[in-house]
Parts: sequence; structure tokens; C-alpha cells
Amino acid sequence: MASGSIPSFTFKAYGEDNPRQVSGSGSSSRHHSDSESEICPTTKSLARLCSRDKDERATALEKLSEKILVCLELDRTGSARLSKETLLHLLRLSRSCPLQEVRMRATELLCIAQEEGIEVPRALASGPSAFIPAKELLIEGLNQDILVESFLSLGRVDHLTMVMALHPSYLSCFLRTQHALFELDGPLPRDWRHYVSVMAAARHHCSYMVQQHSKAFLEAGGDKSWLSGIKHAPVKLRSLHTLNKLLAHRPWLITQQHIQELVCAGAEPRWSLAELIHAVILMAHTHSLCSFVWGCGLNPEPDHIGGYAFHPPSPSHIPRSPHSPAHEDSRPELVDGAVEVEVLMKRMVELQQQQEEEECTQEEMVTRFERQRSESIPTAVVRGAPPELVLGLVEEPEFRYEDFAPRGEQSPSTMRAQDYSWEDHGFSLVQRLLPDMGQFLDEEFQVVSNLTYNRMAMHEDVDTYTLRKALWNYIHCLYGIRYDDYDYGSVNVLLERSLKVFVKTMACHPEQTTARIYHAFWRHFRHSEKVHANLIVMEARLQAALLYTLRSITAYIK
Amino acid sequence: MEKMSRVTTALGSSSITGRTMFCHLDAPANAISVCRDAAQVVVAGRNIFKIYALEEEQFVEKLNLRVGRKPSLNFSCADVMWHQMEENLLATAATNGAVVTWNLGKPSRNKQDQLFTEHKRTVNKVCFHPTEAYMLLSGSQDGFMKCFDLRKKESVSTFSGQSESVRDVQFSMKDYFTFAASFENGNVQLWDIRRPDRYERMFTAHTGPVFCCDWHPDDRGWLATGGRDKMVKVWDMTTNRAKEIYCVQTIASVARVKWRPEKKFHLATCSMMVDHNIYVWDIRRPFIPFATFEEHKDVTTGIVWRHQHDPHYLLSGSKDSTLYQHMFKDATRPVDKANPEGLCFGLMGDLAFAVNESLVSSDAGRKPYPGGDRRYPFFSFKKPNPTEQFAHVSSALSVFETDLDSSRMDWFVKTAQLYLLSGKPFTELCDHNATVAQELKRPQVRRVRTKIIIRITGTANLNVSAFSFSMKEMGPESRLERCKGESRPDNVHLDLTSFPENEETEGSDGPTEYMFGDAELDDDDLYPMEHDNQTVPEEPVYTLPPEAFQLRHEIIDNPSAPEHLQQDKADSPHVSGNEAEVACLTPIESFSLISISQPLYSPHLHASFFCPIVREMLSHYAERGDVQMAVSVLIVLGERIRKEIDDLTQEHWYMSYIDLLQRFELWNVSNDVIKLSTCSAITCLNQTSTTLHINCSNCKRPMSNKGWICDRCRQCASACAVCHHVVKGLFVWCQGCSHGGHLEHIMNWLKNNSHCPAGCGHLCEYT
Repeated sequence: MASGSIPSFTFKAYGEDNPRQVSGSGSSSRHHSDSESEICPTTKSLARLCSRDKDERATALEKLSEKILVCLELDRTGSARLSKETLLHLLRLSRSCPLQEVRMRATELLCIAQEEGIEVPRALASGPSAFIPAKELLIEGLNQDILVESFLSLGRVDHLTMVMALHPSYLSCFLRTQHALFELDGPLPRDWRHYVSVMAAARHHCSYMVQQHSKAFLEAGGDKSWLSGIKHAPVKLRSLHTLNKLLAHRPWLITQQHIQELVCAGAEPRWSLAELIHAVILMAHTHSLCSFVWGCGLNPEPDHIGGYAFHPPSPSHIPRSPHSPAHEDSRPELVDGAVEVEVLMKRMVELQQQQEEEECTQEEMVTRFERQRSESIPTAVVRGAPPELVLGLVEEPEFRYEDFAPRGEQSPSTMRAQDYSWEDHGFSLVQRLLPDMGQFLDEEFQVVSNLTYNRMAMHEDVDTYTLRKALWNYIHCLYGIRYDDYDYGSVNVLLERSLKVFVKTMACHPEQTTARIYHAFWRHFRHSEKVHANLIVMEARLQAALLYTLRSITAYIK
Repeated sequence: MEKMSRVTTALGSSSITGRTMFCHLDAPANAISVCRDAAQVVVAGRNIFKIYALEEEQFVEKLNLRVGRKPSLNFSCADVMWHQMEENLLATAATNGAVVTWNLGKPSRNKQDQLFTEHKRTVNKVCFHPTEAYMLLSGSQDGFMKCFDLRKKESVSTFSGQSESVRDVQFSMKDYFTFAASFENGNVQLWDIRRPDRYERMFTAHTGPVFCCDWHPDDRGWLATGGRDKMVKVWDMTTNRAKEIYCVQTIASVARVKWRPEKKFHLATCSMMVDHNIYVWDIRRPFIPFATFEEHKDVTTGIVWRHQHDPHYLLSGSKDSTLYQHMFKDATRPVDKANPEGLCFGLMGDLAFAVNESLVSSDAGRKPYPGGDRRYPFFSFKKPNPTEQFAHVSSALSVFETDLDSSRMDWFVKTAQLYLLSGKPFTELCDHNATVAQELKRPQVRRVRTKIIIRITGTANLNVSAFSFSMKEMGPESRLERCKGESRPDNVHLDLTSFPENEETEGSDGPTEYMFGDAELDDDDLYPMEHDNQTVPEEPVYTLPPEAFQLRHEIIDNPSAPEHLQQDKADSPHVSGNEAEVACLTPIESFSLISISQPLYSPHLHASFFCPIVREMLSHYAERGDVQMAVSVLIVLGERIRKEIDDLTQEHWYMSYIDLLQRFELWNVSNDVIKLSTCSAITCLNQTSTTLHINCSNCKRPMSNKGWICDRCRQCASACAVCHHVVKGLFVWCQGCSHGGHLEHIMNWLKNNSHCPAGCGHLCEYT
């Protein structure tokens, strides 16, 4: 690169007079936090740990420990010199950094600090997920590369990433989409994007997502007061409420009018179509991600509220995780379970072979579809009060998923997949209004629909296509989307009831997912396979919500 | 066989007649197809399956094939095709994966003939062999293509597309055994019907799904494909590798493509999303559709030419539940609306002008232009092709060069660079700009300038009048230029004398002001200068005492310089001016101006009185093409004049000036102008795409918010290599070694050193 004389210099002007100055309070608070953290000696070095240069990383690590040790010596009286932030950062590094040397050193430092009499935080969670034993998600596994990559580029590896890393090919395209959605150029400002996600996550009472995005929102220069309640946010954002509510719980009710209210010339505040579609994708993306978070029982990050504690573990805290006993329960049934898998496999093979033999009337097909969609799957009806954190961020918290009225007057008509599909219609619309986003989503859908390791539980070389298809179509069925060319009878054959309970809970009432539901289905499948099922549910849900909205937008612009 | 089919399908003696017409269907259509004799059309959709007869004046429903109380999903059609040999034979592709054939000759109400349920998923396309009576091909979402022999109960061969969904299948019109299939992943495959084990050839035609393909009816090697990527491509398949020979970019994904009969280069397309029109393209003219049919209110789902050998009738079905017959003569021709003329100014004042040939020739007697008049005979001329119906537009391009001496633009560049627009008190600005003008050897301007300076420095409250004075003086001067005989000093004296020390009394009362207003009206009546209509009612407002008072104070206290620029001046070469060259003014106007305004000079003369005059002056300059003058004065006078000129005009001036500056690559000047302008439309120019994404030099991750401090590592990212302080303003760096720092520091450093200040040993060079 530095070959001889390079004849030109390049100018860059720093955004001194940045045209989009954030509101006064927002920027001042940011300055505040800047100065605060600059006092702390370690923040710089912490970030330098993410350098791509190995030597630089090593140096940074040395410097970091030096500084901390110096701090400890300077002030033996307490943790005053080591801010809480630093301690939490160390804690997070010690638990989730994919680079072994960093992890070890961070643990070491925390130990030393503790010996020095500093109150050291302790992570409450035993791993990224409450459902999946931490050893299944070993960070040294095969997925090392992608975790390191995400650590280096994002500065942290969160629980979500660690769980998804069970499926690296999906994770990489997921991260790409996420990056495009939140970081790349787009019609909405960055702080707004995160706030929209906060609003969306609050609908599902998902404090994990709310905290993640709140943090990012503040980092992007957002106004802190917005987070205390939606009423402090601009009217324009609040006008998304109806759409957010419907998208989260009953997307089939979204109509042209909803779009029109936000977009049409008289609307005040008015959304442009590009902004709107950006917001819609953000919301749908976050809703379905909430499903995943709940469905995998993700634990709070070590630096989240409820993710750490400064006091030593008390005995009362230990049985806090009720899931592991449930898991133990299933052990004795191992024999039965093995049979279950065999049966399922046999059915799959049968289905693949005999499909054309039985011919059923349309009526029969319709009934099968209706049966699936109105089948009463007992999902917990009682819904706990939303956590305090999200309380101010939800309006109409009582609005939730409801089964289609079985033949009631208001029964919404089913959507025919052939009449409005992602491949033919949705993609083109997204691509037109938000270039490149269509491509990212398309890729995501394709990766999920083709993802397979050709194995099932203890069996290798299995074509799981029919099973995956059944899952996907079942979720779409729950959302009222019907495929003419699919025989919904096979859903019953392939999806056992406990699986249906899980899927329906996760797709429709994610906040009610419990460890019991998670452990009840597919008892002999690997956890990675259950995560795979989670991914399918999440993407199918995303697509269903998007299809309804995009259809309405198409109808609007017609 | 081939020959026979030609004979039987050729246009009979009774040629087709009809008109543009439509009928309402009960439900959205998914596909349509015509029977061989072009007398009937079948429409198929999710909830419709009907045959209509095409009569002279209207569509007449002949048959409803959708029978039964609760029709099965087999009736839910994704595609339909009428056999081109057998009048009674139809095939449909159902959304539930069934392939159904229908025999219209059946006596019963239900005409369903055979049912094949071999596909597992939606069948996207069915296609009969063009000459073989019993051969039917289908392509499905499940990734398989199946060939059926209608005499048997099941498929005779299955072709696998490797689990990629098949979107279209088409038998070649000429090669008996060949068919093409297009896929969701962007590929197109060629198959030999006798070899189901593997395809003959495969190539990637589009990014994203290829929704449709169509063989050219006459040219055996041509295949047209259309995809979600909004392209129509024509491939030459005769060579070893499929070669793209034509490509048409449309505005929406292409759902169907159909070659136009008897027209070698024409094809029709329709879209699946957003765009409802049907376009007929001449593939050699890919930029503008040859013809457009705009009747449908929702996306068009099926198009078909009514007869294989008649290019004038197009049938189309749509999601808006209508069936149309389009007459080609009724089509919209976008080319007619296109403007074939073009006009462009070169940077140095050259003018290029392209115009329809016919117009040029009709204007044969035009007078030669005084400047170097050279016509470049530049014809986009093609040999007329009888088959090509595209309106022939051959245009002539003329280039007029201005004569070198008279139109050298150096003065523009220089004045632009040297004029000061802000940063100093008002009077100094004028002073400076006058000096600039002087240095550039424009004597008349210099004199004018000097006069103005005298006035301004003498009585600050009169500076607006001073400007108007300049206006008046220019009048005579330009007149001088014209009539060359007159003595200049006289005129100047006249003006000087005509300019008494009129001090505006603050207590000037309403009535007097109104009188001025009236006088102004007279002015307007007297000479036909384009005043804005609203200026007259505005007049009284501007002459109201309080406003005048305020104005004056503004002038005294607040030099029009926006403060924030001051520190920047050190860094960037500064610029601008409040007055540029005076070319000449129309003598009549200026004359009358003088004569009228003279009597008005009275002790009551009001500063804002001159606003209209200044405005006129500015409009004059602008009209004459000297926006530099207009804009400079506008900026320097700022608030004092801004309200006088309507926003659109101002914006227009600014835009033109900025455009000019940018063409001369005077980026800094244009930036200053944008910054100083008061039009919101202009100032926001600076705020578009202002982002330059940079990565932290420390942690290598993208930085946000501030340019000099990384959010993540709290590290000041860009230290100056010379002074080791953070660079917060202009940062300059070497593209070779990527070290850099404060612009000034680096400049100074490189004056004395040739190596990089960071000590990396790189030989940096500053240009």
C-alpha cells in the first residue's frame, strides 16, 4: 500500500456542524457519560481488546490488567476506583468472550479484585439460556470463528448470538440483516430504529430485548426520557402503536386503512413509505426475535438488570432455575422417547411416498386446514403482569393473540399463499422501497428453509424436509395463511401435541413459554435441533407478519 | 409437421376484426389463452374458469367450466393453455399441484378430462407441444417438470430441477425435442425431451427468480426471459454459450413476456407488482417502450396475442377482474411524448443543441451566429428499416462556440474566488469587492464601486440607496457602451449631483410614505419593467417608519457577516463579492429610471425606497446571465433585500450560481454560498449525504457520532502527527501511509520535509 509516493491527500471534515444535531438534552447527557467514563482508566483498553491484530490485543490485555492492578493498589478501601461499569464489563468478558486468553485474564482479575476486598458482581445466570445447559453451548466449539468475528466487530457476544451460534450459517446471515437494519443507511435515524424495537419488544414483555435496544438507543444518542414511557416519545413514533399492536398479535387484521392513516397526504405526522416499511421490518423482526428469546429461555446478560448481583449467593437463590429438574424428569422415559423418534421417522418416510395415493376433496382439505388453525392448544391464558421495565412502553397491554373466530361472523378470510407470496410480491415491494433489505430478508428466509444437517435425534442421513415444511406451514396456518398445495393432515401426523403447544405458545404468546413446555417436546432431540425449530418458528412468524403488512401496502399504493 | 402447422394456423381469408374492448369477470384472472382460430379465449384464475367468444363488438361468455356446488381446488388455476392444434383440448395448472386437461367436446357439463396429481406443490406452468397433439409439459414449485402423454394415465418422463422451483416451461417452436425451463434461483435450463436424466445446457439468466421465458416464433435461437430483477433479456441459443444479445430494463419485476407475431424485434411484457401497464418493446430500443396499454387498474396477470400471425390484437387478463382486447392502433406511444430536443451549455459558454432534423431544415433561413458558428454534422442516422415501426427521430446536433476573447470566463472564476461575502462589516465588504473588480480591469465597475464606497462610508444609513445609485450609474454607462460617442464623465457627474445627502428622518409620517408608494406605482406604469405584481401592495409596508428604523439599525450595528464564519476564514480561501461585471443594461430602462427617480430625491427619501430598484437591478443581472452579481449582492445585503424578492426566484438564482461554481470546480466557494444563503431549499443542500463513514484507527470499528472520538474505545481516533493533538476540524492524511493531521500543520511540515511526520519513513507528497 505504501508504495513510493502517493500523490494525493484526502480531506475529511469531521461532523462539527453535524446537521442533525440531537436534541439538547440528549447530547448533553452523552457528553456527561463521556466524561464520566473517561475517568475510568480501563474503558479504552477494553475496546482495544477487540482489535483484529493479535499482538495489539495481547498488549491491550497486558495494559488492562496493569491498570486494574494499579487501581487496586491505589485504593484499598473499596471499589471506588473500579467503577461498576468496568466490573460488569470484566464479568461479561470472563463469561462470554470467545478468546480464551481474554476470558482467563478477566476471571483472574475479578478474583484478585475480590481478594482485595472489592465487592465483585456475580452473574446470576448459569449460561446463556435457562433451558439449554451451558455445556451444550460451549464457546470453544466449532463455531469459534463466527463468535470471534462477532466479538471483534460488535465488541461483545451476547446470549442471543451464543445460542444462535449452534447454527453458524444462519447466524452469519442474521447478523448481516441485523447490521443492515440497525446500522446501515436507511430512512430512519439510528436512535429511532432502536426505539421502534424497544416498542416492539415491550409488546411481548421481553425485557431482554428491551434492555438490549434501550442500551443501543442511548448509545445512538437517544433521549433518555423516552425510555421512561412511550408518552415522552414524539407523536410520529407513537402513531405506530396500532400497527405495532396488530403486527405483534394479529397481523391479519392489518388493512389498507392502517397504512393510509400513516402515509396519506393528510396524515399528521406523516410517514413516508420507505420510513414505514423500515419501521415495519424493525417491528416484525423484533417481535419474532422476542419469540426466539422466550423460546430459548435466554438469560439476562450479565450487565442487564437481574443478570448480576453483588452479594454472594444465598441458599434461597439456588433452586431459582426450575427447568433443570424438569429436564431430569424426562430421563426415565428414554426408551419410550427413542420409539417416538422412530415412529416420527417412519411417518415422514410414509408421507413422502404415499402423497398422491389418497385423493381428498377440497372440502376435506379445507376442513383439515381449519382444524389445524382452530385446534385448541392449551396455551396459558393467564398472563402475568408485564415486568416493570416495559410497563411504560406498552399501550393496551391487554391486546393479544386470539384464535380465529371458528366460523364467526367476523372470521377474517384466510390469505392464500399463492396470491401473495414473499418470493413473487413481498420481495419486490421491499426491494423497491428499501433497496437491499429485500435481499437480506430473502437470504434469511432461504437459509432457514434450507437449513438441515440431515439428522434427527440419534439418526443420521434423514431428510427432514417434510418435518420442517410442516412446522413452517403450521405457523403460517396459525396466522391464517394457507397453502393450496399443502395437505394439512400431515401436520397432525408429524407434529406431536407437545410440540404444537410449544410452537403455538412461542409464536402467539411467547412471554408464556416455560421450561416445562420447552422440555416437553422432542425429548430426545438435541438442543441444537430444538433451537433449529425455534429458528423456523421465528422466521415463519416474521414472514407471516410481513406478508400481511406488505399486502396492505400493495393495496394502498395501487 | 412443422410446415403443416404453419399452413393450418396461417391467417385465413377472413381476417380478424374488432376493437379495443373489455368485459368484467367475476374474479381476478391468473392466466389467459386463446384457441387456434382466435375466436375464443379462456380465462382462468383462483375463482374463475370461463371461455369467452371474441365477437366484433364485445366478449360473449360461452362456457363456464367451473361447475359443481363446491368446486375443488383443481379448479384453482395458476395457468391455462389452449392446445394450438386441438380445438377442444385445454390444460390447466392448479395451485394445489394438479395438472388437469379438459375436453370441450364432452357432452356432460363437467368437461374435465384427465387429472394428474403427480406434483407435490403448486404447478406454475403447463405447456402443450406446438405440434404434437398428446404431449403436455408441466413445471412446478416442487422443482420437477413432467411430461405427460395424454393417452396414458401418468407422466412419461420427469425432469428434475434439483429442488429449485420451476417458474416457466416452454417448448421450442422450431426444435421438436427441445424445451426451456426457468427457475426461481435465476437459472434457465434447456432440456431434450428424450433425455430426462440431465439438462442439455444451463445458464444463469437473472439474479433472483426468472418468472417467464418465451421462444421467438420465427428465429429458432432466440429466447426471451424476464425476471424479478426487472430485466427482459434476449438470449441467442444457437452458439455454444448462451449469449445475451438484447436487454431491456423495465421498472418492475417482469411476470410475462410474449413475442409479438410477425414483428421480429417486438415483445410484450407485464409486471407482477406495482406496475399495471402492458408494454410492447422494440428490443433494439430498450430505453423507451414502443407502445403501452394502460387500461388495467391492477396488475396484469396474463397477456396473449390473439392470433399467431396477427400483430394487431393483444388480449390481457388482470387482477382487477377485467379481460381486455387491446387494438394496437389504440396503444399509447410513449415515444410521441418524449422530447427529442436537447440543449446544453458548455463550461466556457459553448452551446450544444440537438434537435429533430425536420425542425432544423425548416428553419433554413436562420441567420448565422456572430460567434464562431460551427455546426457539427452529427447525425444519429440509421438506414430506415421497413420492419421497424419506431418513429424515426434523427436529430442534428449543432454546437455554437463563443468567440474566445469576448467570453473568457476567467473573470468569473477570479471574482468568485476573491469576492468577500461575509466576515467583515458591510462597508468593508463593498470596499473590498470594489477593489477586486478594479483589479480585474473593469473600469466602469471600478468607478461605480468607488462611488458606492463614498456613499456608504459617508452615511451608513444610505447604503441601500447607494446600491440603487450604482444601478443608475450603470444605466448611462451601458448606454455609453452602446452609443460610444457620449462622454462618460458627464453621466457620472449627473449621478453624483443627483445624489444629495438625504438623511432619512425617523419621524417621517405615513402620508409621505404613501406618496412614495404612489410614485413607485408611477414608475411601474412608466416603463415596462417586470415588476412582481405583489410589489405594489408591499410598498407601503416597507415604508412604514418602524420598519425603516429597524432596517437602518441593522445596517449600522450588524455587519451582514454571520459570525461563525470568521474562524474558518483562516483555513479556506475566501471569496465572493457583492458585485460582478457590469455588461450593459438596456438603455431605455435605465434612462427612464434616472429621469423618474431624480425628482424624487428629497429630504424624506427612505432607505427602503431603494429596495425595488435594487431588486430590479438584480433581476437585470440575473436576466442577463450574470447570476454571480445577483447572488453576491443578495448575500451581502442579506435581510435588507431578501424580502423583496420572492423565494422561488432567489432559489433559482442560487441554484444557477452554485451549479456554475461547481462546474468550475470552485467547491469551496459554492459551499460558502450554500452556507450563506437564506433559502431553506439551498441551505439543506449542504445537509444531504454529509456522512463520511470512518473507522476508528484504534479498534478498527466504525465510529459514530463524533469524528474524533471513538465511542467504543473512548480513544481519540485522529491525532495530528505533527502536534499530537486531536484534530477536530479539517483533517488531511496521506493516502499512502495514512498518517495525517491538521491541514496547516501538515502543509508547514511538508514545506520543509519530505518524509511523513509520523516517522514511518513514507515519502508523503502534498498536492
